[in-house]
Amino acid sequence: MKNKVLYTINKSELDKLIGILQRDGYRVVGPTVRDGAITYEEIESVRQLPIGWTDSHAPGRYRLNRRNDDQLFGFVVGPHSLKKFFFPPKQRLFGIKRDGESGYVFEARQPDPPRYAFLGVRACDLAAVGVQDRVFKQAMAEPYYAKARDDALFIAVNCTEPGGTCFCGSMGTGPRCTEGYDLALTELRTTFTVEVGTNKGRQLVEALEHETTDANTSHLVDLLMDNASEHMGRTLDTENLPEILLKNLSHEHWDEIAKRCMSCSNCTFACPTCFCSNVEDSTDLSGNHAERWRTWGSCFTLEFSYHTGGYSRSSPAARYRQWLTHKLANWHEQFETSGCVGCGRCITWCPVGIDITKEATTIANDVKRSRANQEAKRLEEVGS
Amino acid sequence: MISALDQRPSIVCGEANPMAPAWTRIVACQQESSNTASYTLQFLDPEQKKNYRFQPGQFNMVYLFGVGEAAISISSDPDKCDSLVHTIRHVGSVTFAMNRLGIGQCVGLRGPFGSSWPLDECRGRDILLVAGGIGIAPLRPAIYQLLKNRDDYGRLILLYGIRSPQDMIFKEEVEEWMDRRDFQVLITVDYPSEAWTGPVGVVTKLLRRVRVDSSRTSVFVCGPRVMNRAAAHSFLSHYVPEDEIFISLERNMRCGVGQCGHCQYGPKFVCKDGPVFSYESVRDLFGKDEV
Repeated sequence: MKNKVLYTINKSELDKLIGILQRDGYRVVGPTVRDGAITYEEIESVRQLPIGWTDSHAPGRYRLNRRNDDQLFGFVVGPHSLKKFFFPPKQRLFGIKRDGESGYVFEARQPDPPRYAFLGVRACDLAAVGVQDRVFKQAMAEPYYAKARDDALFIAVNCTEPGGTCFCGSMGTGPRCTEGYDLALTELRTTFTVEVGTNKGRQLVEALEHETTDANTSHLVDLLMDNASEHMGRTLDTENLPEILLKNLSHEHWDEIAKRCMSCSNCTFACPTCFCSNVEDSTDLSGNHAERWRTWGSCFTLEFSYHTGGYSRSSPAARYRQWLTHKLANWHEQFETSGCVGCGRCITWCPVGIDITKEATTIANDVKRSRANQEAKRLEEVGS
Repeated sequence: MISALDQRPSIVCGEANPMAPAWTRIVACQQESSNTASYTLQFLDPEQKKNYRFQPGQFNMVYLFGVGEAAISISSDPDKCDSLVHTIRHVGSVTFAMNRLGIGQCVGLRGPFGSSWPLDECRGRDILLVAGGIGIAPLRPAIYQLLKNRDDYGRLILLYGIRSPQDMIFKEEVEEWMDRRDFQVLITVDYPSEAWTGPVGVVTKLLRRVRVDSSRTSVFVCGPRVMNRAAAHSFLSHYVPEDEIFISLERNMRCGVGQCGHCQYGPKFVCKDGPVFSYESVRDLFGKDEV
């Protein structure tokens, strides 16, 4: 990707870009400061971006701080990902009315999703959209996701200052955006460099005042990216990890985690790839009108695994194990990708600061150590 | 996966929305036992009625207006797709509500979902069916097909375990099967009545009464979890290969298409990778608690 042509635009062009997108019928969504966090909301101008703000991340801890400059994208990720736009937390799947003796009539379907243009999307969140595509863009999928997704435009921003819980470098998803974007920006002091990902993106650049980036600046961007890769807040060694986790479902560390885990589901809701949902059917008081709603679900609740034979996962240890092994191991067999993009949200937003990288590493290291000991013992026996 | 996804019958739903049901009418209702009944359903839409197909072992999501949906296996003959039978034990909110419906009333339906019993792959082999309680329902479509193509298979054996004699479902049919010379049917009960003269105890104890030629036997198992486990292990100890033991698993299927996550069993979505699995494909999880 390093050889891709870069363009440079002045920061002042960004408002113009937002204007063009609005004129083209897009609902522009970007990061903004709200309730003490940076969240994705509909925006109308650059002024609504978190200018001069940064975020600090640690297990169970998130704070906004002032920067000593006026960077527009000087932070990493807030509690929201793009998930809520394509896979809404609460969605009506159908409404139906009784009609005569035994007939039923479906009500008009929900309106089509808006055309979203996302500004300031990070590499991890772009990767997460790609992961959810594999779940929701199937032949038998509910059509809302595909429609919202196909119409969306992505103006990404490369991360130059990873946060304290970031580990996209380990998951191969960042910090540089490599696919899935229409445009990818890198923020410098007074300008952005721009990489073009699609024809739509190219048309946007052409509508802005731009020049080809000079070699020095281009080199600077590479250096910033390399530097970011080296300063991840966390790392996770994923080699053999699925195999190690799945062969050690009885490891004692699962119970140790369960002593801390409150089964609150925060990690699953903050996670940009978690896709589980519940379906709720109800009627109004007349009994003549029924609806079906889909709401975000979580494998951390007891009810999630209920079936007529009982609960499949009654202990918090089993539920945490289900979540972690699904994310880091079983996802590979299901969707040919990891379910984790390394955004670190589950670490930051866990009320007790459980760290997926640390827990997985504890088990992996212990297993590797005991395997090495066994091998040493075997060699000793062969030798004697 | 037992049957390739692209060979499966297409899924019928309402309004081109995979989460919305198509509508069927109850045309017959047969009480099977004190808490179980069979409902014969026909699609209201003539096109759906004409085009609906399913394979033995597959299930539908049955919807009751405003109450909810439950995954129910199809218990009728796949050659008679214009009338479907669902045999339902009234145990949950949806199935209890079903108990209040009668002939002429409507229920919603999405399906068919999931994998099926590998009848084609098992041609030429002895087929041993193990059913526990209501577990006979998803096996019945397979039995119809096996009997219809009886010459294509070797020995055919059904081991059927029930709580007590009055809990037997499909009673008349089971008695007809018992009268056949080409179908060995053995029944055991946990709690015998005074009139019961047959075997008593768990279904795996019946294995002592049949000859299993492990080199040419395929086993289809459907029952409660404990029975599935015991049956699988008994057959393994009789040297039946892992890829010739097929088990229909029960989980909380909600969407039917592998998207809601509820029915996950390790890497499998029971709704689309199952419910019928070879033992080989779930060996690492089978019998493990809390997965």
